[in-house]
Parts: sequence; C-alpha cells; structure tokens
Amino acid sequence: MEPLRKSNLFFLYLAVNLILFSLLFVHASFKKEAAAGSIKEKGEMVRTFVLTDLCLFTEASYTRHLSQADLYTPFQDSPMSLEHFPSGSIAAPPPGLRKMNGKMD
Amino acid sequence: MEKWIERQRNVIDFTLSSLLRRKGKNIALVSVYTFVVFMLASVMFFVHSVKREASMILKDAPEMVVQRMVAGRHELIPIGYIDKIKDIRGVISVKGRLWGYYYDPVVGANYTLMVSEDSNVGAGNIVIGQGISRARLAFVGDSLEFRSHDGKIINLEVKTILSPESELVSSDLVLISENDFRRLFGGSGDYVTDLTLQVKNPRELSTIALKISEILPDTRLILRDEILRTYDAVFNWRGGMMIVILLGTLLAFIIFAWDKASGLSLEERKEIGILKAIGWETSDVILMKFWEGMVVSLTSFLTGALLAYVHVFFASSALFEPALKGWAVLYPRFKPIPFIDASQLAALFFLTVVPYTVATIIPSWRAATVDPDSVMR
Repeated sequence: MEPLRKSNLFFLYLAVNLILFSLLFVHASFKKEAAAGSIKEKGEMVRTFVLTDLCLFTEASYTRHLSQADLYTPFQDSPMSLEHFPSGSIAAPPPGLRKMNGKMD
Repeated sequence: MEKWIERQRNVIDFTLSSLLRRKGKNIALVSVYTFVVFMLASVMFFVHSVKREASMILKDAPEMVVQRMVAGRHELIPIGYIDKIKDIRGVISVKGRLWGYYYDPVVGANYTLMVSEDSNVGAGNIVIGQGISRARLAFVGDSLEFRSHDGKIINLEVKTILSPESELVSSDLVLISENDFRRLFGGSGDYVTDLTLQVKNPRELSTIALKISEILPDTRLILRDEILRTYDAVFNWRGGMMIVILLGTLLAFIIFAWDKASGLSLEERKEIGILKAIGWETSDVILMKFWEGMVVSLTSFLTGALLAYVHVFFASSALFEPALKGWAVLYPRFKPIPFIDASQLAALFFLTVVPYTVATIIPSWRAATVDPDSVMR
C-alpha cells in the first residue's frame, strides 16, 4: 500500500478540525436549548426577589452589586490602596457613573 | 483543474517536509501561536457568554432604583419618599427594598441579605444560596448563627436552599423575613435600603426620573437600562486583567511579526536559492511560502479555538477562575452557556490569522526574488 502523502494528512487534519468545529456549533445549540429553563428560572428569581445584579464577584460590595456601586467606594479602604480586590481590576465601572463623572474618567 | 490541484498538493508535500526539517523551531512557533489564539478565544467566549446571559436574566430587573445619597454615600431612604414618588403621574407602584451585607467570621465570607415579600420566608427562617450552603455546610433544617448589631446571637433555620442552576444570581443570597432583618441590623422601621418603581410606560422613564430628582434632590436614580449597560461593559478591555492578556497577545504577535519581517534565516534563504537554481519560479516559491503560512496559522487557529471552547464551556474557564475568584470565599459555580456564533469566530480569525499572514508575505516575496547565485555562495 502506498504511504499516505503529507498533504493528505494535512487535509485530513483540517477536515477533522472542521468537523469538530461544526460539532461545536451543534453542541452549543443543544446547550442553549437545555439552558433555556435555567435562564427562565434566574429571570424569575430576579423579578421575584427584585434583584439588580449578577453574583459574579462576592469579595467587595462594589463588585458584588456592580450597577449599584458609586465612584467613591473603591478608593475608601486605605490611602495607598487604589484597588486591592482582583475583581475590581476586571470589572469596569457602570457606564452610568462614567457619564455622570465624565471629567474624572 | 486536476493538474492545478496536483500542483498544490505537491507544493504542500514539499512545504510540510520543509517545516518538519526545522521541527523544533516550528513546533515552538505553532505552540505559542496556538496559546495566543487559545487565550484570546477563551476571553472572547467567556465574556460574550456572561454578557449574553446577563442581558437575558436582568431584563426583569427593576425599571428604576432610587437610592438616597448623603455626603456622597449611599444611605437608608425614608419610607415617606414612597408617597412623594407615587404622586408622580405614570408611576404604577413604588416598593421599598431591604437588603444589606453580612460578614460571616466563621468562613470569612460576605453574604447578601435580602428581604423579599414573595419568598414566603417566615420569622426565624432563611432561604440560602448554594454558595453559602457549600461554605457553611448548611442544609435544610440546619440552624445558622448570626450576630446582630447589638451583639446578640440570632439563630435562623434554613428552610430552603436555592437551586444550583440559579447560582449566577443567588449564590451568596440569604432571604430573610423583615422582622429578622431589622432584629439583625437594627435601625428604625421608617427606613428602607432603597426604592424600586414600576412605571406605566417605559418611554416615560427619563421624564419620571427627572421629576424625582427635582422633588427629591438627595436621591440617585439607576435605570434598568443602566443596569443592563453595566453588564454589557463588565469586562472592559481597559480593565487591568484584560489589558494584561491583550498586551501579552499583542507582544507575542509583535515577536512573530518581527521574526518574520526581519527576514528568513540563512538556511531558509539557501533552500530558496537551491529551489530557484533547480528551476522553481518566483511564483512557486511564493506559493510554497503561502502554504507554509497557511499550515502554521490554520493549525494554530483551529487547535487554539477548539481548546478554548473546551476550556470555557466544558472546564468552566478553570484558568480564569483564580482571577475571577479574587479573595472571595463564596464563588458561584456556574457553567457559561455557549452563546457562540460565526461572527465571533470570524473576528477571531481576522485578529489572529491575518496579522501573521501579512507579516509573512513581504519577506517571502523578497526572498523569492533574490538571485540564487548570491544566496548559495
């Protein structure tokens, strides 16, 4: 049997990857469908308990309730500490605040 | 056509052999390139997924939140403000919210305590999120101790634990009765934490907001649209971590581009010289270099993007977890939902493959046009 040409191997590799890519979309669509119930449940919870924020970061009040934060809180902890919570360096301040304090930004 | 295909295949065969001759260098190149794609794609997938989910969940958030500000800080708001706001035309209902934070010294975590009329929590009971249940090993029927504002210990029984699927909104939540909330935090019954309101016509929100700020100038208003926009901009590229990742990626690309643009190695130039001497045309050499770039960038792109998908949607972004957790004790366990689309992958392709390809074209063309005699000497 003739050995497989390198170009064939490469195209085989590409084909496998492209199949995996299409499977990825299939997986994503199944997952989205499966998550519809949980999204509805979370939405219901937001409405029932009158919640305003996601529980992404629980380490500081201004990142726990991002939309309720004010501009002063992140800088009140100690004089030399501009920001000592890692989440504060990931999350941006709410756009509403930046608009209100445009000159500070 | 068949001849054309055969020609391409021959060139690819030769290109792959040539790449394999410099195995070490090329494996290192593909590994770094794959890692760059993997990091960028992971960030892209994760951020997009959280943003999409936030927009779907928070569309039911209150239309407007009214906070009272005293000396630049959020203060409790008198319930008398409710009647003043109710009088504004277009307002359907105004409700006071009672919520706050409780630091639990047992596990060193902060909880969000909230009074909800609809949670059916009776006096002496609480409903807790999964995160608290995990941290305190508390289950239905267990009692949790809380230290009140006057130093007394209050025992509250866990009535229900909120579902694991809802952790993204409820992991650190403690739903408590109004009576217990006031026993715990003290304060007068004439005050609530903030107010939420519902309006008849959402298009009138800004007019109503203007009226409230005229009647009650010591208040700060947060509209639902602002809440949604907060989460739309949550992982901004200017954030510290983001800029570190993006700068790292950018630097890696600069190194690639520099390596490529500074010209080919002596060995590669010699190879091109020999090829031209044995009859290869300039166009053949450029074709070879084109396939070389395609093999490296396509392999890296496809592998990097697939690994990123597995990382974010199967392994729950395990690599980002330490940064996302920060110093927090309570962290929601949630699996991002794969909200991916072709435009995201196309953007990633143009961000990663195109700069590399562009960086390889010019030196390849320059090398392909040299005189074979001069490079082989």
